[in-house]
Amino acid sequence: MAEREQVKKNAPRPQEEVAETETAGSESGEALKAELDDLLDEIDEVLETNAEDFVKSYIQKGGQ
Amino acid sequence: MAIPKIVGIETEFGIMVRGTTDWNPVSASSLLINAYVGTDAGGLEDRSGPIAWDFVDEMPGADARDMLAPEFSMPPEVETHLVNAVLTNGARYYVDHAHPEVSTPECRNALSVVLFDRAAELIVIDSMAAAAKVLPEGQEIVIYKDNSDRKGNAYGCHENYLLDRNLPFGQIINAATTHFVTRQIYTGSGKVGSELPGVSRSDVPYQLTQRAEHFEEEVGLETTLKRPIVNTRDEPHADAQKYRRLHVIVGDANMSQVATFMKVATSSMVFAMLEDGAYNDPILIADPVQAMHAVSHDITLSKPLTLTDGSTATPLEIQWDIFTRAKKWSEQFGMEAVGEESGSQALQRWEQTLHGLESNPDQLASSIDWIAKKRLLEGFMERHGCDWNDPRLRALDLQYHDMRPAKSLAQRAGLETLVTDEEAARAVYEPPTDTRAFFRGQCLKRFADKVVAANWDSIVFDVGDDPLRRVPMMEPGRGTLEHVGTILDESADVVELLEKLGA
Repeated sequence: MAEREQVKKNAPRPQEEVAETETAGSESGEALKAELDDLLDEIDEVLETNAEDFVKSYIQKGGQ
Repeated sequence: MAIPKIVGIETEFGIMVRGTTDWNPVSASSLLINAYVGTDAGGLEDRSGPIAWDFVDEMPGADARDMLAPEFSMPPEVETHLVNAVLTNGARYYVDHAHPEVSTPECRNALSVVLFDRAAELIVIDSMAAAAKVLPEGQEIVIYKDNSDRKGNAYGCHENYLLDRNLPFGQIINAATTHFVTRQIYTGSGKVGSELPGVSRSDVPYQLTQRAEHFEEEVGLETTLKRPIVNTRDEPHADAQKYRRLHVIVGDANMSQVATFMKVATSSMVFAMLEDGAYNDPILIADPVQAMHAVSHDITLSKPLTLTDGSTATPLEIQWDIFTRAKKWSEQFGMEAVGEESGSQALQRWEQTLHGLESNPDQLASSIDWIAKKRLLEGFMERHGCDWNDPRLRALDLQYHDMRPAKSLAQRAGLETLVTDEEAARAVYEPPTDTRAFFRGQCLKRFADKVVAANWDSIVFDVGDDPLRRVPMMEPGRGTLEHVGTILDESADVVELLEKLGA
């Protein structure tokens, strides 16, 4: 139990800092969404066309 | 006093030949590497062939637990007949079992590891292009930087840390196990589904790491079966009276440079703390193997682990404990052992990352692989109205690790970088200046036609009529630019170099 208490005591968690970043996150939410949309467009373009066969054929024996 | 945490990583890559069903991974890996070292890209244009690896000092069967070992361990095999080249940046590029593998040169700190890991990626990218020129029309070798085929076969990204031989192995086991089990929350590369028998897609649709499920033992010598969390291979490639090389096999290969940096930097600090006597009482996890799997399976990061004293703690709480001690250690002892700049950046990252994981992990999508990949997977599911059973998600999971720039999803995921590709392109040819890799790399650059073979701790020269001359390099921190730069510059040829070295 002593160890557990030590964990809590030592862990620095400034709450203000966390709250700030969360606000910043929601403000730029729209931009992030647009960026993800672009990214998903690109993924649709480059993703392996025959996903099932590709996944099945990926076999890697003899590794460490 | 902690000794310098000289470190390197070795990455086994996944390999596929597209456009034919008639191929095998050993010949494909050989073709890939031969195609690379046979071109100017190999950096050895003055020579007819690649410089061979010298196996004389290899003894991967040696066990850190000494006499305990023979009863339950088989030495790993060394395949000396396969392609095995030394590069001018001090790295080793070879076929290991059925995979192409790059070992970075010895690096002085974690930032340097990131540079040479990116250089290794560029080498692999160049190799695919070189192989394309010799393969029949319509065929292509594709390389993946991942750790599992998602069918029960794993391959490794191993880390190697230089440790003081005086540090008792039992202490290493305790601290390393706790760190390795819990660091997964930021080192994992992410994997769709589970490879464990009896675990269904609905039980584990997505997990933090690719490697965790392939670990079955707490401590042991093996690397290919019954893999242990702490590997006991005792092959220092250095003065064995002074040093140990801790061979770490639990990590994922990372696409994110930040993740590679944190993986190596935090672990280096744990070992430096141990050597300074600043980490004598790590939190101990009751069942490390089970915890290894449990941490990887819990993407909420909230499930507590049972500790040996009967209490519980989450992996985040345990990481906070290690971080807090590391911070205190850095204030008390300084960070010379891990490199001041690398160390202070790592402490900052470590704190930010733990805060991020605690408050809103999605914020870390530009630095932590499993979160970056999860963002792509969830975005894809939302867009296409599919669930975790859709095979396209498994394709996306694999393609995240595709090394072809035109196909790599990690490349597109907006990951933050710590080194530029210009820097990494130089590191493809130039060795680090601050370890013995400098001497190895410079000898290959300058005297390639006189080097018969090289390995981690020696170079063999052919100086004509005399017998072959071996120059031992048993001190990983010597043979640096500072130590031998002038001697190299002032030597017109190998004979002069050997004279000046007194070899």
